[in-house]
Amino acid sequence: MTACLLAIVILAACSTQAAQPVPLKSGVEFASADVRSLQQDDFANPGMLWVTRGAKLWLEPAGSDGKACGTCHGDANRSMKGVASRYPRIDSVSTGLINLEGRIQQCRERRQHAPLMAYESDELLALTAYVASQSRGIPVNVEIDGSHRAHFERGRAMYYQRVGQMNLACTNCHDANWSKKLGAETISQGHGNAYPIYRLEWQAAGSLQRRFRSCLSGVRAEMFPYGAAEYLDLELYLAWRGQGLAIETPGVRR
Amino acid sequence: MSLARIQVPASAKRGEVIEVRIAIQHAMEAGFRYDNNGRTIPKNVINTLVARYNGTEVFRAELGSGISANPYLQFFMTAEASGDIEFSWVDDAGERGSERAAIVVVG
Amino acid sequence: MPTRRQFVHAAGTLAAASLLPLDVAAQSDPFAPLIADFTGGAPIKQGRVTLDIPELADNGNAVPLRVSVENDMSSASHVQRITILSEKNPRPVIGTFHLTPRNGRALISTRIRLNGAQRLMAIAQLSDGTYWSASADVIVTSSACWDES
Repeated sequence: MTACLLAIVILAACSTQAAQPVPLKSGVEFASADVRSLQQDDFANPGMLWVTRGAKLWLEPAGSDGKACGTCHGDANRSMKGVASRYPRIDSVSTGLINLEGRIQQCRERRQHAPLMAYESDELLALTAYVASQSRGIPVNVEIDGSHRAHFERGRAMYYQRVGQMNLACTNCHDANWSKKLGAETISQGHGNAYPIYRLEWQAAGSLQRRFRSCLSGVRAEMFPYGAAEYLDLELYLAWRGQGLAIETPGVRR
Repeated sequence: MSLARIQVPASAKRGEVIEVRIAIQHAMEAGFRYDNNGRTIPKNVINTLVARYNGTEVFRAELGSGISANPYLQFFMTAEASGDIEFSWVDDAGERGSERAAIVVVG
Repeated sequence: MPTRRQFVHAAGTLAAASLLPLDVAAQSDPFAPLIADFTGGAPIKQGRVTLDIPELADNGNAVPLRVSVENDMSSASHVQRITILSEKNPRPVIGTFHLTPRNGRALISTRIRLNGAQRLMAIAQLSDGTYWSASADVIVTSSACWDES
């Protein structure tokens, strides 16, 4: 009797325990052949326009000391390799959890003493895409222990929380129904390993937070503003949930 | 000025027909979208794109709003002498752009 | 004495008939005026042109298109212009490309916007004054020309 109850409790705990989808699949695997080939072609990939822009910005002096990113960081393909795979994180300089966009903004403000680039601005997308693309092929691997734990738990709670007029949680589509159709779209597992992406629907590059906002809008829930703590926590949870997937930035999605 | 990327082969043999590709960052605003105040965002697309190879026109495109944002074009040309391929374009707002790439021709 | 139902039916038919356009035949090929603009009335032959476009495009904002013409591109005979026409886009001429013998090969690729499922037509003008065309039907699940956020 006790054994039965124990088994039930354990089973119940396992079912609510956060888990990686099995098998783990990047969003590109749910895309059509045309979108996949667009991502694989480094010239035709429209996201590469942002990466190229980012490469130029990397060398552009900014701020009161006229320093460029490259002044301190040298060649990005050496110094930025692997960086994107570890974000979001609480790093040695930040006061809280930040994503790659936040890290770039922090550098601009504190190191370059340059004006901040607005979230979702073309410049910030370009630099983020450029830095993230230096980690292409490297598996996502984020920390969730220590000071990250509270953020991870909040991100996980948000992932499982039903919201909006449609009363849906991320898990309802991206765990229970990935590979099935939602209208004409094939539902992916909802990973962030290819971001910033070029989305054909947006006709532009965009961040993971832009995608969150699209999803929230889609379930008729209130969208938090860009940079919100809720998004950062969710980014961390998603990175943990998708760890092992290779960074693909700049991804192309429908 | 809009950022553009050009792709040509690193080198080509004289007389070889080579592939040229260009991608330009431009919204190609069709004029059917609305801003947050409900006003139509005015049409502004790259309407003319010209490619010149060592100063001679080799390709001209008249583009409309039916061309996707961040326009991408691929065409071919015969490699003759080493030099430059230069693209220039103009959009409905009169903004001009240009980009060039070097071509090395052997033989 | 006709029943009320019969009377209503007859009245409905009469009304509908009077609403029929007199020139139903003129509700015709949307390409006709566009073709006339391009060719100046010259006849179009089928063949030599290949229009490569996916049968199903999952987003109408960026549909890959490739048009090619079987031609030597010599000074004696070459493709001078290729135009791409859309059946349903708000602006039906998608683009016109000008070529010369310097191109060596008549093949152009680009990405286009499609306002829903429709037929596309490519017409090529050769230096000998002849016109050749090809068309393709595309199904588009998410149309361009809509405001998406």
